[in-house]
Amino acid sequence: MTTTVITHSEMAVQRGLSRFISDMLVVTERNIIALVRIPQSLFFSSVQPIMFVLLFRYVFGGAIKVPGHSYVDFLMPGIFLQTVAFGSIGTAIGLAEDLQKGFIERFRSLPMARSAVLAGRTTADLIRNVGVLILITVVGVLVGFRIHAGIPAFICGLLLILLFAYALSWGFSIIGLLAPNTETAQVMSFPLLFPLTFASSAFVPVQSMPGWLQAFANNQPFSILVDAMRALSNGGPTSGYVIKSLIWSIGLLIVLAPVAARKFRKSL
Amino acid sequence: MSIAIEADELVKVFKGGIRAVDGLSLEVEAGTVFGLLGPNGAGKTTVVRILTTVFLPDSGKASVLGHDVVTDAEAVRANIGLAGQFAAVDENLTGLENLRMIGQLTRLGRKSAIERAAELLELFELADAAKRIAKTYSGGMRRRLDLAAALLHKPAVLFLDEPTSGLDPYSRQALWGVIEELVNEGTTVLLTTQYLEEADRLAKVLAVVDHGKVIAHGTPGELKATLGSTVIDLEMANNDAASRVSQLLVEKTGKQARLVGASVELPLEHGPSQVRELLEMMEAADLMPHRLNLREPSLDDVFLTLTGHMAEEPQEGVSK
Repeated sequence: MTTTVITHSEMAVQRGLSRFISDMLVVTERNIIALVRIPQSLFFSSVQPIMFVLLFRYVFGGAIKVPGHSYVDFLMPGIFLQTVAFGSIGTAIGLAEDLQKGFIERFRSLPMARSAVLAGRTTADLIRNVGVLILITVVGVLVGFRIHAGIPAFICGLLLILLFAYALSWGFSIIGLLAPNTETAQVMSFPLLFPLTFASSAFVPVQSMPGWLQAFANNQPFSILVDAMRALSNGGPTSGYVIKSLIWSIGLLIVLAPVAARKFRKSL
Repeated sequence: MSIAIEADELVKVFKGGIRAVDGLSLEVEAGTVFGLLGPNGAGKTTVVRILTTVFLPDSGKASVLGHDVVTDAEAVRANIGLAGQFAAVDENLTGLENLRMIGQLTRLGRKSAIERAAELLELFELADAAKRIAKTYSGGMRRRLDLAAALLHKPAVLFLDEPTSGLDPYSRQALWGVIEELVNEGTTVLLTTQYLEEADRLAKVLAVVDHGKVIAHGTPGELKATLGSTVIDLEMANNDAASRVSQLLVEKTGKQARLVGASVELPLEHGPSQVRELLEMMEAADLMPHRLNLREPSLDDVFLTLTGHMAEEPQEGVSK
């Protein structure tokens, strides 16, 4: 008897898992299609980062003194992180829109795995980020960016950024679920991203900032991720940054994903 | 008669203590249309969301086809279709992609989802627009697509939350036709509406909802009969005369008269025989109407009598 019961529940778990995966793929596909078809989202995820590369490479870069390699080599790891971070605003906006337009309501009345809604959204973001990082790398190389630490290390760096971005997606899902509409989702996202992105080591050496700001800039996760990426791209000691980046990414994921899932259950 | 939907003393309280649903009970016979009629903020949408497992009730019980909406939500979801208040159409997907996605999420499998989607697009006269992005669809097309999405898995019970709000009269008639056809084929429909005409035409049984409670219940005919057989419309010389007449009528008959500009409407308990008495009364007060019209009561009259306000009058309160 006992064995039968266990077998049944195991089967149920397996059925649950295969259902979750197939539903997640359907939602992912939907979000990817939307991403490609909405001109604004294509602009924000591709044209805007390219503009930032050009802006810092050719306009501001000349005035910024960095140690070691050329400014473009210093810059690109910062751009990678900025791009995925700004991209996660799209997660917040997309979810807020789904709530506003009654999509979440419909999803919740369907015999689908409910967890697939957020999982599909964050997976679509992950796929977008892979595409955008490849695009930005190519643009970077075209304007003089060179990888000094070898391709494998560089790819590890990108994977590290993707993991961090995945954690951010879950965080911005929470904002999307909290915001009453898309505009508010956007307004709520910027004040969070702005200081983290610009008061970091992404575009300028932290040493050039006033002391009080250095204390923040040196210890916040964006700087740590950028420093790890920079070490994995330009060479230099890496392990400290990489381990800290992993701790931040996994830590944020462990905290944010359940909060988002809980918020999703209680939304509407 | 078998019961398809049952709700017993449902309560849902939102943040700030708003009792959106406040002890609401209803029973829907299988294979019929049941209309929930009420103004904005009456709690109609919340009831639908509880019955479709979108929300959990704070207390009370409800079941659809015998499956409890809280403890057996999976079984409920497998048997229902929901077309919510906003046409939940993904604007970035084509009509076909929209239906295919919902079909896959209702466990049809990609291939049969596409087949069924094509069938429904044909049925709803959307076949020509199947490969167009839904952003380009008109309001009526979106509604039809939304309804099609609720029908992919041929649900036995269909929930329609204000299915025709915002539609032009032609699209509204067309949608009514589709709903009637579904019911003829055995589907049970629960619909909410603010349009009395819609409830009158489609619903076999109506529940009038206000402040989260059912305040009246019956067939459209029964509800109207509670008002008596006749309503008298009096057109007065001016607004002032109208308001004096309405006051007079309230005093003499004890019934609430409706005052709209220079005209006054009053349900007559004893039918046309009451007319002479009224006219003598008005003559005595030197308030004869310019024109007079006797008609059958409408659901508007029912609503006014029951709630003290009009159905489509904007109300304070939260319906979401």
